[in-house]
Amino acid sequence: MKIVVCVKQVGALGDEVEFTDDERDVDPDYLDYAINEWDTYATEEALRLRDAAGDGEVVVITAGDEDAEDAMRRALAMGADRGVRVWSDELAGADPITVARALAEVARAESPDLVLCGVQSSDAVQAATGAALAELLDLPRAAVVTKLELSGGTATVHRELEGGLVDVAEVDTPCVLTIQTGINEPRYATLRAIKQAEEKEIEVREPGDLGAPAARVRRMFVPPKGEGAEMLDGDAGEVARRIKEIIEERTA
Amino acid sequence: MSVLVVAEHIRGELRPVTLELVSAAKELGGPVAVAVIARDPAALVDAVNVDGVDEIVCVPVEQEEFENDVYQHAVETLVAERSPRLILLGFTVNSMGYAPALAAKLGLGFASDVFAVRDDGGELVAERAFYGAKVNGEVDFPGHEQVLLLLRATAWPPAEGAGSATVSEASVGAAASRARHKDWVEVVAGDVDITSADFLLSVGRGIGDKENLEQFQELAEAMGATLSVSRPLVDAGWMPGARQVGQSGKTVKPKVYLALGISGAVQHLAGMKTSGTIIAVNTDPEAAIFNVAHYGAVADLFEVAEELEKLY
Repeated sequence: MKIVVCVKQVGALGDEVEFTDDERDVDPDYLDYAINEWDTYATEEALRLRDAAGDGEVVVITAGDEDAEDAMRRALAMGADRGVRVWSDELAGADPITVARALAEVARAESPDLVLCGVQSSDAVQAATGAALAELLDLPRAAVVTKLELSGGTATVHRELEGGLVDVAEVDTPCVLTIQTGINEPRYATLRAIKQAEEKEIEVREPGDLGAPAARVRRMFVPPKGEGAEMLDGDAGEVARRIKEIIEERTA
Repeated sequence: MSVLVVAEHIRGELRPVTLELVSAAKELGGPVAVAVIARDPAALVDAVNVDGVDEIVCVPVEQEEFENDVYQHAVETLVAERSPRLILLGFTVNSMGYAPALAAKLGLGFASDVFAVRDDGGELVAERAFYGAKVNGEVDFPGHEQVLLLLRATAWPPAEGAGSATVSEASVGAAASRARHKDWVEVVAGDVDITSADFLLSVGRGIGDKENLEQFQELAEAMGATLSVSRPLVDAGWMPGARQVGQSGKTVKPKVYLALGISGAVQHLAGMKTSGTIIAVNTDPEAAIFNVAHYGAVADLFEVAEELEKLY
C-alpha cells in the first residue's frame, strides 16, 4: 500500500507583527514555523494504515521552500519513508488551488492507493487544497474525516459536519481524504527517530506550469479592534473579584 | 452583479447559512439566484423564498443527502448555463468537499472563510483572516470573470421577510457518485446540556494537563457554572464531545461565558460569540477571544482560578 501525505510548514504569529514592504504578507521574521497540526494526524493515520497492511510506503510531499523540510523531517521522524518537495518562487504565499496544482504533479507520479491531507492549515485556513488536489488527480474524495476504515475497493469514513453530526460515507479508492484533528493520537518522534530522519531521502522538484493564480492577496493588515473588551487590570486577586461581581450582576 | 447562491440542507432542513449567503448577495446588488439541489427541491422553496432572492432554481437529483460528486456536477452545469459573476457557498464541511474542486476544474477565482465582500469598481475584493486570525487580508481575483467564495457562517445576518422569487427548474442529469452517503451518527448526548446553561465556565488548551481538569470541574461547581471546553480537549479525549463549544460542537448563548485559557479559534468563536456577557482570561494579549469578549484580563488562568476558588 502506497500512501501519499501532504504536509505544510505553517507560520504562527506571536505578540508582534510587521508586514513585508509590499504589505502582501507578514514579515517572516515575525513568524514561528512548525508542521501544520492537522498534518500530524494525517501522517499518523497513514503510518497506521501502512503498518496494518504489513507492507507499503508513506511518501510525504510538500509545496515549500528549503525551510519547509523541517516539517517533512518531522513526518519522516514519525515514521514516513521518504519525501518529495516541490518549489518555485511562484508558490510563495500561493492560493490553495495553485498549491494543489504543484502537489498534483508530484502525487500523480507516485500512483498512490490513498492520499491524505490535513483538513486545513492553521495559517491560511482555506480548507481547500485537498479537494482541489482530488479534482486534479481525478480521484473521489471526502473532507473532514474523523474515522477511516479501508476494505476492498472502498474507504468507509466519518465526515464530521457542523454541530457534531456525523455523515458515514463510502468512498471509492484510490481517493483523497482530508483528516480532522482527534482522529488518532499522533506519535511523538523519539530522539533516535529524529536522527534517523535526517538520513531519509527528500527529493526536490520544480513544478511545471501552475496556470493563473485563483486569488491574490492585495494587502494584509492588523484588524481594527472592535468595541473590544474592557480590560480588567490589577493582580489575579483583583481580576477574580471583578469577575465575581460581573457574574453576579449578569446572571441575576 | 449576478450571483448564484447554493442552498445547503441536511436531513430535509435548510441550513441557516443559506439565508446569510442571500444577505451577502443582496449587498452586491444581484440579481440573486438560489439553487436548491435535492431529491425534492420544491419542499425547500418556501424556506429560501426570502426578500432579496430573484429566482429559485430547483435542481432535482437522485440523492436525498449531500454527495460531493452530485453537487459538483450540478453546480458546474448551472455555472456553464448561467455564467454568474459570483458563486456563493457557505464555508461548511459539505462545501469543502467540492467547491475547491470545482474552482480547480473551471479555473475560477477562489477564496474561503470570507467574512466581507465588496465590489471595487467591478472588481471583487474579499476579506479573510490569516495567521490565527491575528491578521486580516484583502484578496482579489485578477483575470477571473467568475469567482467562487465560501462565506463564513454567521458573518452576515440571515435575510428575512417574504420574498417573491420566480421558481424555475434545471435538469442536470445524473452524476457518477464516488463518495456515497450511508448513514448518520449523532453526537452522543452527554450527562449535561451545555446549550441550556445560564453560566458556562469554559476551559481550553491553556489548562495544559488532563490532571488539571478536576480543579476546573470543582471550580465550576463552586461557582454554580456548567463546565464546557474547546475542541483540543475533546480531541485529546479528556472530555466528551457533548461538552464542546464551537462549530463542530454546540452553539451556546448563556448569560455569562467565562473563558479561561481559550485563545479563540474562529470555529470556537462561532459557537459562543452571541453569549450575553463574555469574560476572557488569557496570557496572550493578542488572543482573538478578546475581540469578542466584553471583559478581558491578561493573566495566568491558574492564578485567577485560585483566587476565584477563595471567593466561592
